[in-house]
Amino acid sequence: MNKTLKATPPVQLWEVFIRSRSGLAHKHVGSLHAEDAELALQAARNLFTRRGEGLSIWVVPSHLIIASDPSEKGMLFEPALSKAYRHPTFYNVPEEVGHM
Amino acid sequence: MVTNTISVSETPQVLYALRRADDALILGHRLSECCGHAPTLEEDMALANIGLDLIGQARALYTLAALREPSLEDGRANTEDTYAYLRDVGQYRNLLLCELPNGDFGRIIMRQFLYSAFIDPYWRAMMKSSDAQLAAIAEKAEKETAYHLRYTSEWVIRLGDGTPESHARMQAALDFLWSYTGEMFDTDEAEAMLQAEGVIIDASVIHDDWRATVQTILDRATLTLPQSAWMQKGGRSGRHSEHLGFLLAEMQQLPRSEPGAVW
Repeated sequence: MNKTLKATPPVQLWEVFIRSRSGLAHKHVGSLHAEDAELALQAARNLFTRRGEGLSIWVVPSHLIIASDPSEKGMLFEPALSKAYRHPTFYNVPEEVGHM
Repeated sequence: MVTNTISVSETPQVLYALRRADDALILGHRLSECCGHAPTLEEDMALANIGLDLIGQARALYTLAALREPSLEDGRANTEDTYAYLRDVGQYRNLLLCELPNGDFGRIIMRQFLYSAFIDPYWRAMMKSSDAQLAAIAEKAEKETAYHLRYTSEWVIRLGDGTPESHARMQAALDFLWSYTGEMFDTDEAEAMLQAEGVIIDASVIHDDWRATVQTILDRATLTLPQSAWMQKGGRSGRHSEHLGFLLAEMQQLPRSEPGAVW
């Protein structure tokens, strides 16, 4: 049997998101190390769903998450705080339209 | 309270439950020995979780046995604890496979894979037992063992089809464990009556399913199935290897020396 030399695959860091039984959104619950996607899913199941926390797991390699720079918080987010006209509260919804 | 070894009246129902419970407890105990010693944090949790699942199955089966044999000779109540802690080596009915020492991570994974590939289809078939309590235990256990099979299969593939070292260790583990696998499919007259009543299945019917699963995963792992047909036996009738005595000494030491101790 031919056995070519293989290196151990590099271990990656993965971020884990769980959607709970009563939730609609996956929430970030922590991170773990794994060599590939299947092992990452299994590790996430073993580590983060022991107490019935969830019904659905997402794992994402950490390097694929692009995050905003915390030092730019002011520039990115403060202008939105003082713009009341952006909120959908200035018209009456007719009753026939129902709950939006 | 006396901590002497109890004697068990092994009616067919009790004997059956003890066999399956002992498998789960002893294998669960071996997995508990991995806690704090696995190669990574993630695998430490995974192995401990599998151990906990198995101990949970053991508890359900011991409790079932205690329902069938509620009292000991001296009138004390029989419980899951008396079965687990107050029986000696010769009274344990587990497979020899379960009591073997752990060895390296590869052997731990290979043993769990070979066992899970059997016990998962076994519990699935037992969900149709004519005994409602056994069927309920089987249904709950099968979800756990399905996951154990998936988890161990993935590791067998990665370690087998891995580096030369991991491949060699997995092949060595398979070669070592192979002769202990036949006992899983044995049946005897003690079980024949229960089979006839539809309470339990004949374990040998699982063999082809098991063999197919094992072959598929081993092929993907580039591992070679051993050719030997000779199989170890004895656990089912209490003839154990030298390892079980040490395991029980450790497991039973506290309850036997501190009778009635509680957490």
